[in-house]
Formats: sequence, structure tokens, C-alpha cells
Amino acid sequence: MQPIYDWFRAFYERTGINLTFIYDSFDRARMIKGFWLTIELSVVTIVISILIGVFGAWLQGSRFTFVRRVVDGFISAFRNTPPLVQIYFFYFGLGYLLPRVMDPATGAMAPVVTNFQWAILSLSLFAGAFNIEIFRSGIEAVPKSMREAAESLGYTRGQIYLYVVLPLAVRNCLPALGNNLVNLVKTTNLAYAIAVPELMYVSKEIWSDATNVREMMLTLLIIYILLVAILVAGLNRLERALRIPGYIHAGGN
Amino acid sequence: MLRLRDAFSLPLVSASEGALRSWRRTERTGLALLLVVFVCSTAYSATTAVSGHDSIPTVLWRWAPLLLWGFLFNLIISALSMAVGTAAGLPLGIFQLSPNPLVSRPAKLVTQFFRNAPWLVLLFICVLLLPFEFRIGTLRIPFPDWAKAVIGFALPAMANVAEIVRGAVQSVPSGQWESAESLCFSRRQTMMQIILPQCIKRMLPPWMNLYSLITMSSVNASVVGVTEMLTITTQVHAAEGSRPELLAPLYSFSLICFFLYSYPISKWTEYLERKYQVKE
Repeated sequence: MQPIYDWFRAFYERTGINLTFIYDSFDRARMIKGFWLTIELSVVTIVISILIGVFGAWLQGSRFTFVRRVVDGFISAFRNTPPLVQIYFFYFGLGYLLPRVMDPATGAMAPVVTNFQWAILSLSLFAGAFNIEIFRSGIEAVPKSMREAAESLGYTRGQIYLYVVLPLAVRNCLPALGNNLVNLVKTTNLAYAIAVPELMYVSKEIWSDATNVREMMLTLLIIYILLVAILVAGLNRLERALRIPGYIHAGGN
Repeated sequence: MLRLRDAFSLPLVSASEGALRSWRRTERTGLALLLVVFVCSTAYSATTAVSGHDSIPTVLWRWAPLLLWGFLFNLIISALSMAVGTAAGLPLGIFQLSPNPLVSRPAKLVTQFFRNAPWLVLLFICVLLLPFEFRIGTLRIPFPDWAKAVIGFALPAMANVAEIVRGAVQSVPSGQWESAESLCFSRRQTMMQIILPQCIKRMLPPWMNLYSLITMSSVNASVVGVTEMLTITTQVHAAEGSRPELLAPLYSFSLICFFLYSYPISKWTEYLERKYQVKE
């Protein structure tokens, strides 16, 4: 690897394009750490937001009006407020109200929930609110005749949900779900605001040290676009793998 | 089928009609939920407060005019961004559909680029890399931070408007094009006089959703130090002696402001969407 590093250092001296995160070992370590943290943040929030979506969509089918109302309220509250203020509210507002505990590693008093965990929580809730709507509309888009046909074949209610409605609903909502997850990955950099050392944050640290704002900005854009492209390719594969010949889904475009 | 292009459309735009039907009672419960959060956090914060300070409601009442003034900044920034974004996005969307690949290819590339890029990164790029003033001869035109932020929000707005325009134009039945052709309309005339007027109805609901999203994102400007509601909230907090128990009430105050603004818009959008629903 050393020749590559040297080449980039020489490249800087020749052209003035300063890619410190390639040739400087300290910046490289920071950048790689930040990159993995962004991946971790994205993957964890994607998983949790999908779980919130499935659970919320299930709750919305509840017999109790109160439960449905609360889920609806949760959705509209999170959809109609800025995600950044949500993150601030969780981290600064609620974070203060929670007790502080002794951190065994350092011996100092530390908050129960770290900024990384608050970022995961608030981003998951934000994306989860959208996912509930998406899953619910996917379930609603399953033709009624499908349920009736299954019923006439002697399926029980649970079986109909598990074997007929759910598999079709997943296919119905994949395009919308894909949109939302892509947006979620693009939104994870809001965690920058509460000093989670993800990609955006380490980039800022690097450009503050090395004053290579342009280079870092361009790198950031390229990395995010690549991440999004990978996610989209994965979702495309999933969609192709799940496709049922002849079944045209309703909500898709 | 999900293509790369589709993957970046806004989640609100792609919500199916089924999802929208239940919105009527939703907002009321949402506001109730936020108010509960507000009251609970205020009450709980109050129990931790040290005596000798002003109570939380007093503080909020004192600073509410300034905070609302900040909220007005958010509205101005988002309205300007949306205006610039629409003005730039409309031609960009039409260029994407041009039969000339020299026009359509770059238009598609620009649209995809600005849709894929995270909004916060675009904002940083605009605020940090644009010059602080322009010089034309001896004339100096200052270019303050908030104007850079407007550009930063206008870029993704432009790309999304372009996609809304493209989608709307493509959704017009091809019979419209063919009959216009048979009436000797040129391509330009067909677009301007026949297709686009029909598109306005289809574009309005997703356009309003986009406006709502831009308004929500306008608080991101506080990250780069532009004066708006969240920046002022932090300043208010400092002015009150940085008492930590004030944080939850102050942030819930801005959450409620945004909710109250966004509520009528989403309600109206929902109404328009039902009204203009394309019959299949």
C-alpha cells in the first residue's frame, strides 16, 4: 500500500489536490472509522425502522380505537416535525431527564444513553413512522378476492395473514420502502449535529485540520452516492427475486 | 420495478391513496401526542429545577416572540428555496424529456446527482464554498449565509421538482400528443399549450409535499450557523443561563410550531390528491 500513499502525497504536491485521508495514516484511520460508523448507523436504523413499521402496521389493525389513534398520532407527529429537532429533543431534552450512571471503563459519570444510541433511536422512529404507512398501504393493496379465495379454501385467519396477505403485501410495498430506506441512509448524517463521529463528522474534523474542504466535500458526495447505489442494487435484486410472474402490484410504479 | 431513478422519489409522493385516506383524524391525535410530550417534559423538567429561577412557562412566554420570529426565518428560507428550485426544476424536468440526447442526458445526470446527494452535504457545500460576495466591475453584491443556505436547499428542491415534472408529463396519455400532432402543433407548442396545463393538477400534491419537506429541512441551516428557529432556540437557552431543564420544553416548542404549520398543508395536500386522483 505504501507506493499508493506516496503517489497521493506526490499528487498533492504536484496538483494541490489534498487527499489526506488516503496518504495520512491518522486521517485514514478516522475516515475508515467514520465510514463504518455510518454503515453501522444505516444498517441498525434500517432494521429497527422496519421492525417499527411491521409492528405499527400490525397495531393499526387493532380492534381498539385507542391503540389505532395512538399509532396514527405517532405517525403524524413524526412526519410533520423536522428530524433534526427530533434528534435535538431526544438527545438534549430527554437525555438530560434520564439519570447518569458510572461508566465502568473511565470511572466518570456518563449518560445512560449515548449520543450514538439517541441517533439510532430518533432516526429509527422517524423512518419507522413512514414505514408504518408504507406497510399498511401494502397490506391494504392486497385484493380482497385473495383473502376470500383463501378463506374458501379453508385457511384460518392467522394462516391467511401469514401465507397470503403478508407475502403479497411485502411485494406491494417494496418500491415505497426502498425510497424511504434510501432517504434514511441520506438522513443518517444528521447525527453529525449531536457529534456522533460518523462520515460527515470525521470529514469535518479532517477538513478543519487540513483545510481541504473541496476535496472532502467531493469525497463525501461520492461515498454517499455509492452507498445509496449499493442499497438500490440490493433492493432491485430482492424485488426481482420476489417477483411473482403475472402478479402486478398495485402501489408500485 | 424499482429503478435507480425511482428509488430517490420522495416517500410522501409515492404514498398510495389507501395510506392517505386515514389522515383526517390522524393530525389531531398527533398534536395531542406532541402536547402530551410538551406538558410532561415541562412538568418533569420543572421538578428538577433549582429554586430562584423563573419558571419554565414564564421563560417560554418571554421568548416566544423571538422564537416565532426565528420560525418566520425558516418559512422565508424554505419559500425562497422552493421558488428558486421550482424555477430551475421546471425547465430541467422538460429537458429530461427532450428527444435530443445532448439535452436530455445532461439534464438526467444533473437531476440524479442532486437527488442522490444528502441534503446536509449539499448545504455544507453551498455555505462553505460559495463566495461571500460577487463583484461585477466596481459593484459589490454581498452574498450572506442565509442566501447560500437558500441555494443549498434549492438544489435538491430543483432535482425533485424536475422529477415531479417529468413524472407528470409522462403520465399524460399519449393520445394528447398524437392529436396535437395531427392538429399541426409543434413539439414546443404541444408542451406549452396542451401538456403542461394538464400537468399542473398532477404536480400540485407532490410539489406541496416537497415544500413541506424543505420546510422541515430548513432547520438544518442551524448546523452551519444560519439564523433561524433552532439557532435562536440555542441562543435563548444560553441567555437563560443554560439551564438544562429548559431544553426539552424549548425543543418541544419548535416541534409544535412546525407541526401546526405542516398540519394544514398535509391536510390540504391530501384533499387535493383525492380531488385530482387520476381515474384508472
